[in-house]
Amino acid sequence: MRRFLFLMPVLAFMLVAAAFLAGLGRDPSRLPSTLIGKPVPAFNLPPVRAGDVGLKSQDLSGRPMLLNVFASWCATCHIEHPLLLQLKAMGITVEGLDWKDEAADGARYLSESGDPYTLAGNDRTGRAGIDLGVAAVPETFVVDRHGRVRYKQVGAIEPDDWEKKIKPLMDRLAAES
Amino acid sequence: MTAEIGQLALILALLLALVQGAATLWGAWRVDPVMMAVGRSASLLQLLFVALAFCSLAAAYAVNDFSVALVAQHSNSTQPLVYRLGATWGSHEGSMLLWVLILALYGAAVAIFGGTLRRTLQARVLGVQGIVAAAFLGFLFFTSNPFTRLFPVPLDGAELNPILQDPGLVFHPPVLYTGYVGLSMAFSFAIAALIEGRVDAGWARWVRPWVLVAWIFLTVGIAMGSLWAYYTLGWGGWWYWDPVENASFMPWLLATALLHSSLVLERRGALISWTILLAILAFSLSMVGTFLVRSGVLTSVHAFAVDSRRGVYILGVIAVMTGSALSLFAWRASTLRTGALFMILSRESGVVLNNLFLLVATGVVFTGTFYPVFLDAMNLEKVSIGPPWFKIVFTPFAVPLLMLVVIGPMLNWRRDELGALWRRVRWPAGLAGAALVIATLFVGLGHVFTACGVGLGVWLIAGALMLLVRRWRLGEAGLADIRRLVRSTPLAVWGLVLAHAGLGVLTLGVTGMTSWQTNKVLTMVPGQSVTLAGKTITLDTVQTAPGPNYEATAARFNVSSRFGNRALISERRVFPVSQTHTTVAGIGLGLFGNTYISIGDPNPDGSLVVRMWDHPLVDWIWGGALIMALGGAVSLTDRGLRVGAANRVAQPLPAAQAASA
Repeated sequence: MRRFLFLMPVLAFMLVAAAFLAGLGRDPSRLPSTLIGKPVPAFNLPPVRAGDVGLKSQDLSGRPMLLNVFASWCATCHIEHPLLLQLKAMGITVEGLDWKDEAADGARYLSESGDPYTLAGNDRTGRAGIDLGVAAVPETFVVDRHGRVRYKQVGAIEPDDWEKKIKPLMDRLAAES
Repeated sequence: MTAEIGQLALILALLLALVQGAATLWGAWRVDPVMMAVGRSASLLQLLFVALAFCSLAAAYAVNDFSVALVAQHSNSTQPLVYRLGATWGSHEGSMLLWVLILALYGAAVAIFGGTLRRTLQARVLGVQGIVAAAFLGFLFFTSNPFTRLFPVPLDGAELNPILQDPGLVFHPPVLYTGYVGLSMAFSFAIAALIEGRVDAGWARWVRPWVLVAWIFLTVGIAMGSLWAYYTLGWGGWWYWDPVENASFMPWLLATALLHSSLVLERRGALISWTILLAILAFSLSMVGTFLVRSGVLTSVHAFAVDSRRGVYILGVIAVMTGSALSLFAWRASTLRTGALFMILSRESGVVLNNLFLLVATGVVFTGTFYPVFLDAMNLEKVSIGPPWFKIVFTPFAVPLLMLVVIGPMLNWRRDELGALWRRVRWPAGLAGAALVIATLFVGLGHVFTACGVGLGVWLIAGALMLLVRRWRLGEAGLADIRRLVRSTPLAVWGLVLAHAGLGVLTLGVTGMTSWQTNKVLTMVPGQSVTLAGKTITLDTVQTAPGPNYEATAARFNVSSRFGNRALISERRVFPVSQTHTTVAGIGLGLFGNTYISIGDPNPDGSLVVRMWDHPLVDWIWGGALIMALGGAVSLTDRGLRVGAANRVAQPLPAAQAASA
C-alpha cells in the first residue's frame, strides 16, 4: 500500500506527459479538417463600436480577407495589433471578432490602439468563438471570396508568418476566381 | 571574434558539465575523493566558461556586431546601450544563456560553500546539477545557438520589441530566473538524498536557505513582472492569468509549500518524503515555466519564436528529468525513515494543511493553463477559460489558505488544544470581525466579497503582529522584560511577521483594486477639465517629443485634489524601425491609490482620446509582495549564521518554538 502511494506521483506524471506529447504531435495552428474549405459557421454579432453595424458571417465573402479574433484583455493581441494596422494600411481587409469581452472595453481598446477592422462584432458570450473552434486569442482566419475558411493562425501573426504563410495564400486566393 | 570565443566557451562548458556530472556521481559511488574533487573543479570551470560565453554575447550587443544573427535581430545602433545589453536576454537564445549562467552560479556555490556537507552528499548534489547543466547547455548549443553568424552582414539591426525596451526588461528576467533556477538546488538535494537514502536535519538546514533564496527572487520577479505589465500594457491591469504568469506562479506556490514543509523537516524530522516530492515538483514546474512557452504547446504574450524541434528537445528533457526523479522517488522514498508523529491539532498539521491547499491551488492553475492541451489530447471539443474562470475556481482555495496563515504559527509543535488556540487568535479574529462589519456597513450587503477581502487583510496583518505581541508579552511583562524580549527576538521571527503581514497588505491591495476601481474615457482638447474620484484632471498641452529611437506624442495633465496639484505626462511612442507603438501611461502614485492616464492617437482636429482610471490601493499589491520578500531576506540573514553547521543535530529551544516561518 505504502509502495503504491509512492508510485502515484510518477503515474500521474506519465499521464500528463502523454497529454503533452499528444499536444506536441498536433500542430496547434492546424484546423480541425471539418472547417477547412467549409463556409464560416453562421453568426450575427452586435457591434463593438457604438452605432456600428456589427459583424455577420455573410459579411465574410466577396473577396479574400482576414477574420481576426481578439479581446481587449488579451496581452498578445496588443502585441499583434501594430501588424494588423499595417495590413490595413496595405489595403488588406481585416474583420474583427471581439471575443469574450464587453463591447465597451473592446471599443476603448480600438480607440486607444488604433482600429484595423473594417467591421467588428462583439462575441460577449464566446458562442461564435466556439463554433469557430477558438481556443485562445488571438486567432486569425483566412477566408476566401466564397466565404470559406482556408487557413487558421493560432496566436499572434508574426511578420514571418505573414510573409511566408499568409501573404502567399492571400495572393493565391486573389488570383483564384 | 567575440562570437567565436563565446562559441568555444559554450562547447567547453558543455563538456565540463558532463565531466562534473560523471566524476561526482562516480566519485560518490566509489567514495573516491579525487574524482569528487575533479567534479568540484569542473563545476567552477564550467561557471567560468558559461560566464565567458555570456560576456561575449553581451559584448557583441554592446559594440553593435550585426554579423551575429541574434544581435541583428534584436538590436540596432539607435537603441540605447542599456537596452542593447538588456537585449542580451531579450531573445530566446540569450535568455537560455542567462538561465545556464545562473545554474552554473548555483552549482559553483555548492562547490565553494558546501565544505561542511557530507562529502558524498555534496558530490551527488553537484552531480545532479552537472546533469541538468549539460542538458540545457546541449539544448542551447544544438537547437538555439546564440552565436550563429549572418552573411552578408546587415548595415543595421532590426529592433528589440519596443514593449521590452523598458527598465523592467533589464531586471525582470534575471531576477525571475534566479528564482526559477534556485529551485534546481532543492531538486539536486532531493535527488542526492534519494540516492544516499538519508535525510536528516542537516540536509533540511542546507536546503532551506536555497529554497528561501529562490522564493525571495521568485516573489520579487513576479511582482516586477506584474508592475511592468501595469505601466506598460497601458490599461492598468496587474494580473491576467496569462500562461506565462501562471507558469511563474506555480513554482512560487510550490516553493512556498516547500519552504514550510522543510521547516517541519528541520525542526521536527517529519514530512520527509513529502518534502522530497515537493522539491522535485517545484523544480519540474519551474522548468515548465521557463520552457513550455517555447515549445509550441502554448502561445502567450511571452512566446518566443516557436520551433517544434526545440519543443521536442525541451519536452524530452523535462520528461526525462521529472520522470526519472519521480521513478527514483517511487523506488527509494519508501525506504526513507518515517518521520516523527504528531497530533491532529499541531503546527505540523497546520503545515500539512497549508501544503495541501498550496498543492491544490497549483493544480487549479495547472489545469487552467493547460486545459487546451488536455482537451485536445482527448479529442474533446475545445472550450475556453479565461481570467473569470481562474477568479471563480482559484478563490475558494486561496481564502481558506489565507485564513490558515494566521493560525499556523500560533499552534504548538506536536499537539495543541482548541481552547488554548482560541485564546491566542481571539484578538486578530475580533479585529478582523470588526473590520468585516464596518466594511459591510460602508459597502452594503451587495458587496460582501469586498467586505470579506477587507476582513481577511486585517486578519492577516493583525495575526502577524499578534505573534510579536505574544512573544513580547505586551501587557503582562514589565518594561525591562519587554525590552529584553524585543532585543532577543530572532530575525527568523521578524521574517515570519513581515512575510505574513505582507500577504495581508497584498490582500487589501487586491481587494481595493478589484472593488473600487473607477474610470472614464472621453475625447479631450487642451484646457478641458474632468473630475474622477474626487480629483480634477485638466489636459494642459499636447506636444511631440523626440526620443533616442522613437517619436512621442506627450500629453501633459494637471491633477488637482485636496492634497494639491501634480503634473502627469502620458506618452504614446512610435518606433519607426519596427513601425510599432507603445503607451507610456502617466501614473500619479499615491499611498491610497494611483491616477492612471493613457492616451490614444491624436485626432486631426487636435483632440485626443483619453482614458483615465482611479486605482485604489493598487500599490499595496506590489508593496505587500515586497514586504513578503523582505521578510524572506530577514529570515535568510538569521539562517545564514547556521548554514555551516550542517552536521549539528537540531536543538529547538523553547524560545525558538514560536520562531518559524
